[in-house]
Amino acid sequence: MTRFLLPLVAFMILVVFLFAGLSLNPRQVPSPLIDKPAPDFELQQLHYPEKKLTAQDNLGKVWLLNVWASWCVACRDEHPLFVQLANAGIVPIYGLNYKDDRDTALQWLRQFGDPYTVSIVDPEGRVGIDYGVYGVPETYIIDKQGIIRHKQIGPVTVKSLEETILPMVKDLQGQS
Amino acid sequence: MKNLLNELQFFMSQLVGSARSISVRLVLLLLLVPLTGWADQEARPVADDPEVEKRMLELTEELRCLVCQNETIAESRADFSNDMRREIRELIKANKTDEEIIEFLVERYGDFVLYNPPLKSTTFLLWFGPMILFIAGSITLFLYLRRRRQQVEDAEIPISEDAQKKAEALLNENKGNNA
Repeated sequence: MTRFLLPLVAFMILVVFLFAGLSLNPRQVPSPLIDKPAPDFELQQLHYPEKKLTAQDNLGKVWLLNVWASWCVACRDEHPLFVQLANAGIVPIYGLNYKDDRDTALQWLRQFGDPYTVSIVDPEGRVGIDYGVYGVPETYIIDKQGIIRHKQIGPVTVKSLEETILPMVKDLQGQS
Repeated sequence: MKNLLNELQFFMSQLVGSARSISVRLVLLLLLVPLTGWADQEARPVADDPEVEKRMLELTEELRCLVCQNETIAESRADFSNDMRREIRELIKANKTDEEIIEFLVERYGDFVLYNPPLKSTTFLLWFGPMILFIAGSITLFLYLRRRRQQVEDAEIPISEDAQKKAEALLNENKGNNA
């Protein structure tokens, strides 16, 4: 009896592993930056090139950093959600315009709406590298102490917004 | 490729020679004018400093392109890899050691960026899993073979005297027939 049972059990274990493997997303690379201080930057603002913004400027508040570009198609999917979120005024959203052209980016915001408290530009993607950006759009939750708490790779969806991002933002806002 | 072009040129010149009318000859002659000259451009140097380029290539051969995943950064033409190459070139120019550059990337992109994963508790199975499977398989095979040999030995029932004689008689009978 064991002659048949053993291979069957071995096969079932293999099936379980393969099945678990199917549900994993290979693009979801865990970020080593979670629970680490957000890398500092000093970048030009999109609307006012003469003004700059640094990560330090945002200390003391919970904020979202949304990496986007006008050439990024998936950004269009998530953008209406950010516009809604900005209108609700729950949490300030900062836009990092990644490897883009200023005029095209401004045009894109006029067309799809501008949910960003401040937009900053990273034309060569250097700050992007500091933040471990590899697939636009990406969204970071940064807490009052300037620590990265969460990173969403790929477009934000209603589900990820309601189940992960908003509860986390509320929780972090409650902390001193 | 070059051989093929030579062959073609030779074939064409034969054609030109055999063509009767002047205009056909002229057209065929024009065909002989090499067109490649226009496309030729001196190859641009890959980097200002070949030493930097060499080190950058060695480093990027061990690094995974995160957007293409099954390619190294050295192989990849993705925008991401171009940025990485630029970044690594600059780090090399800033006199960083290989270890410092790898650390810089791991800090930002995690161990996933390495094709050669470090030995950690989380990567234990990755490093030793195949070895463990191999040893477990060998032990199972050894035990199985030993048990089977034992079974075969046990199964050898001593033959009775009668049966032995009968067998010999049959064998002799067979011999006699053959002779």
